[in-house]
Amino acid sequence: MREERHPGQAKIECKDITKVFIQKGKQRVHVLDHISLDVKENEFVVILGPGQSGKSTLLRIIAGLETPTEGHVRIDGQEVEGPGPERGLVFQGYMLFAWKTVLGNVEMGPKLRGVPKKERREIAAHYIHLVGLDGFENHYPHQLSGGMKQRVGIARAYANNPQVMLLDEPFGQLDAQTRYFMEKETARIWETEKRTILFVTNNIDEAIYLADRIVTMEGKLPGRMHVVYRVDLPRPREHTDMAFLKLRHEITEASELTL
Amino acid sequence: MAYEQVKVKTPLILRLLPILSIITFFGTWQLVVDWEIVPSTMLASPIQIFQLFLVKWTEVNPDGALLSQHIWTSVQEAFTGYLLALLVGIPLGLAMGWFIVVEGLSRPIFEMIRPIPPVAWIPLVIFWFGIGISGKVFIIWIGGIVPCVINSYEGVRMTNPTLIQMARTYGATDWQIFKQICIPSALPMVFGALQIALACCWTNLVAAELLAADVGLGFLITMGRKLALPDMVLLGMIMIGLTGVVIGVVINYFEKRLLAGIRR
Repeated sequence: MREERHPGQAKIECKDITKVFIQKGKQRVHVLDHISLDVKENEFVVILGPGQSGKSTLLRIIAGLETPTEGHVRIDGQEVEGPGPERGLVFQGYMLFAWKTVLGNVEMGPKLRGVPKKERREIAAHYIHLVGLDGFENHYPHQLSGGMKQRVGIARAYANNPQVMLLDEPFGQLDAQTRYFMEKETARIWETEKRTILFVTNNIDEAIYLADRIVTMEGKLPGRMHVVYRVDLPRPREHTDMAFLKLRHEITEASELTL
Repeated sequence: MAYEQVKVKTPLILRLLPILSIITFFGTWQLVVDWEIVPSTMLASPIQIFQLFLVKWTEVNPDGALLSQHIWTSVQEAFTGYLLALLVGIPLGLAMGWFIVVEGLSRPIFEMIRPIPPVAWIPLVIFWFGIGISGKVFIIWIGGIVPCVINSYEGVRMTNPTLIQMARTYGATDWQIFKQICIPSALPMVFGALQIALACCWTNLVAAELLAADVGLGFLITMGRKLALPDMVLLGMIMIGLTGVVIGVVINYFEKRLLAGIRR
């Protein structure tokens, strides 16, 4: 495991983030309202909220794809001014390069950074193995199932050796069974190669199954942080565990969500 | 792969009806001429056209060239213009889609030239180039370049912005994004342009040859008109159609092979 350079310092630090979009030149949409959130190194934090709660916007701000109207984001104490390779992104819609094979997709990041061919092949092979896609290196995305596509997405993000992984509802398009399986895989991958993870979802079970800490968002705009839950259950977790169900009940009650 | 290729049989009626339709069409045509419902100065029968088709492989008269020479000249002209149109149009369109400076500079001129039909250039082209091959190539080029530019431009514009953002998170430069992301995702549109531009070129070729030529399929039609030979006019028309179809099939074949990995 990596050494912490500044003990006690947060890996991701969001301070008072407010975001207002201007739509069609005049309509103001208040999306985020004073969000402050610290994520420690190698912590798995899940942002849980219903649709239209601003959670994806928060993730995009941390990724540097949007600028906050107020407040700032720091990664390792460095203010975020745009996207960077230290933050790996995984999207709900997979966003794979359709004209590249699995190998081509995974090695794209290192390739664009100018990593020599032999080295980036090794990196790609390593992460393709990590996500369990051995033997599919030369398949094109359209030949893969949804779950496999998202494995490619995860491997591709890992291949840049990011400090922080940002996942935006990565399993939202998968069927329930595949989703359940991919959650297990995510936990396995994370425990094999720990990273600081910020994971956005609208699924309570997914949140409890994966998170060290769950941040819930209020169900309407502007997005405000609601309650923070610490999940102290041992891994691997069981969906039918008493403590699991109790926490699930508690979150459901508090956020008045219907599943 | 889990998928097996299965050949689906076309229903019998769908295989029979086209044959029936073609037989009826040519049969009626033949009879209309044979029974002189339409005078022979206005229409030639399919058999007469076919006979002329056979004769024209070895007989130079009355138009001054063999059928193979007409076809070869037209194909040569069309392909020269076509290739030049691709060579200039596709890079220009791609660059216009990504680089704001290129778009700003070339767009107004492009939009100015675009609505002028290529045929309207013919008189000017005759002043400049005479009736040789270069003038026709120019007209074909003008006609072919428009769809190349538009499709390549739109292809780049339609690149998924998230892919571009992702490449930015990898630290890619503008040029890398253009080369690695925009061009590949524009390729299906660019290949669309190959077909459309070819159709444009082929059509314009005939128009160009109708007005200024001494050999070529368009010229064959003009001669047929001047000599009042309907069979020659129709032969020219049919050969233009057939050659166009053959070229289309060839392009389609290459498109399929090259795009095998890109199709979703």
